[in-house]
Amino acid sequence: MQAAIRTHDLTKDYQVGFWRPRPYRALDGLSIEVAPGDVFGFLGPNGAGKTTTLKLLMQLVFPTSGTAEILGRPVGDVAVRRRIGYLPENPYFYDHLTAEELLHYYARLFRMAAADRARRVPAILDRLGVGAERRMQLRKFSKGMLQRVGLAQALLNDPEVVFLDEPMSGLDPLGRRDVRSLMLELRDQGRTIFFSSHILSDAEALCSRVAIVAKGRLAAAGRLTDLQEFAVHGWELVVSRVPAAVLDGVRSRVRRITAITGDRFAIDLPADGRPEQLLAELMSAGATLVALNPVRETLEDLFVRRVAAVGEGARGSEETHARR
Amino acid sequence: MHAVRCVAVAVFRESVRDRVFYNLVLFAVLLVGGSILIGQLTAGQDVKIIKDLALTATSVFGLFVAIFVGINLVSKEVDRRSIYPLLAKPVRRSEFIVGKFFGLLLTLLVNVVVMTVALYAVLFYLSRGVPPNVQQAWDAPALDPALLKAIALIYVDLSVVTALAVFFSSYSSPMLSAAFTLGLYLVGQFNADLKRFDQIVSSPVAIAIGKACYYVLPDFARFDVKLAVVHGLPVSAGYVAYTALYAAVYIVALLLGAILIFSRRDFK
Repeated sequence: MQAAIRTHDLTKDYQVGFWRPRPYRALDGLSIEVAPGDVFGFLGPNGAGKTTTLKLLMQLVFPTSGTAEILGRPVGDVAVRRRIGYLPENPYFYDHLTAEELLHYYARLFRMAAADRARRVPAILDRLGVGAERRMQLRKFSKGMLQRVGLAQALLNDPEVVFLDEPMSGLDPLGRRDVRSLMLELRDQGRTIFFSSHILSDAEALCSRVAIVAKGRLAAAGRLTDLQEFAVHGWELVVSRVPAAVLDGVRSRVRRITAITGDRFAIDLPADGRPEQLLAELMSAGATLVALNPVRETLEDLFVRRVAAVGEGARGSEETHARR
Repeated sequence: MHAVRCVAVAVFRESVRDRVFYNLVLFAVLLVGGSILIGQLTAGQDVKIIKDLALTATSVFGLFVAIFVGINLVSKEVDRRSIYPLLAKPVRRSEFIVGKFFGLLLTLLVNVVVMTVALYAVLFYLSRGVPPNVQQAWDAPALDPALLKAIALIYVDLSVVTALAVFFSSYSSPMLSAAFTLGLYLVGQFNADLKRFDQIVSSPVAIAIGKACYYVLPDFARFDVKLAVVHGLPVSAGYVAYTALYAAVYIVALLLGAILIFSRRDFK
């Protein structure tokens, strides 16, 4: 199956310094593949290379080396841009235009017929919750409302692939909830979503696959469930009304028993601790099941560890380089 | 071509919203006020002076619009990052540059057309009731169609200035673009002197540099036929056509340069 987005060894150096320009590597050999219909979270701390990657995919900057394709075509192909949508980080639009006028302008660039424009523009503004403000000049819009207009223009052409750079940025909790539901709606329609974020809870809730970048390098990539760190590390069994003698009897087979409140206990089991067998044993002794949860590393734990590992690696290589 | 038209119309609309056409009000005040004042101060020269005043004002006001709108055309989009969502649409960078250029040309065209209509209206008003024998003493008739030749060349002149502004705006800041454009415009007024550099200096190197500058820099003086038209001197259609062709070559070269630079530019 053809990938919706593919980058191969994508590298970008910027020249920094005025008198003695030297290259600064913003992205280092990024190779990723996003399948059609994926919600792909592109994660990383500030300065990791997320926006640079998106700019390379939109050809707002040109790669130092490597290639990138969208829907099987090189990123420079103008025809591909009819099939994609893009929301830049902290978007800025022509502030002398109203939201309606802006979308009509962009719709004309997509060669939308007047009748289609008249139908599509109000529909997408309605969907994004831009109400009567749509007839106000954009210079009077709040950051959150501009973000909604940005999303509206990104979805205006009914794109197959949507690129969103920090889509939750500047949104209040209600706005974030709306955007989440919009992204799920797009996913259900079979569209591919590539979004960069450093808000991990959004990625955890929305993404089928993620890539983590740090210092311009790929630190981890894959399905959340496939990443080794997301395997079950253990079980947490919460029970109540368990007799003390029974509890003492199982203590040697579990990692830890923690009293929560009164007669309620949390029992921490290893991954191979066979919770169903222990649960049957406790329930036959009169205990009541409150909860049984697998213990996994959160995306945040993974993120912090992988980013830190890249940081250490980079420091190490810089030190080696300096020693040379 | 479709994208060029869309971008051009957007530039024109922005000019309207940014009140660029307010300069027309100033032009009207200048023309009407000037004609009343001059009519009282001069005897028989008022038509000539009004023509001179209006043509100069058309040129100067147009120059201000061409430079101060032109230098921001590209750089403002880059600085404010409004170019990001635009270039993610089916728009080539070359179409963006050409669209910006034609958008400002459209603004200038409306500006010049309105000024021309105002000039002819004032000249018509001034020439009403003037006896034929007095009119015969004028260098040129009040409603002289030759004025249109001068106005056409003013528009051509402004088109070259716009191309210069767009060229510089495609890679430098508005301040530098303004300095470069205005500087070249002023140098271009005296460009013909460079051709005769050998009559002033003897150094072969200086003469060669002078000649090179003459051929590279635009000769803005050749667009100025105001004086000839006002004094009823003939300006041939061939001269107008040749000068327009000279400008077209210059504009194409500048736009190609702007496209070449802009197409390779990273938007950090």
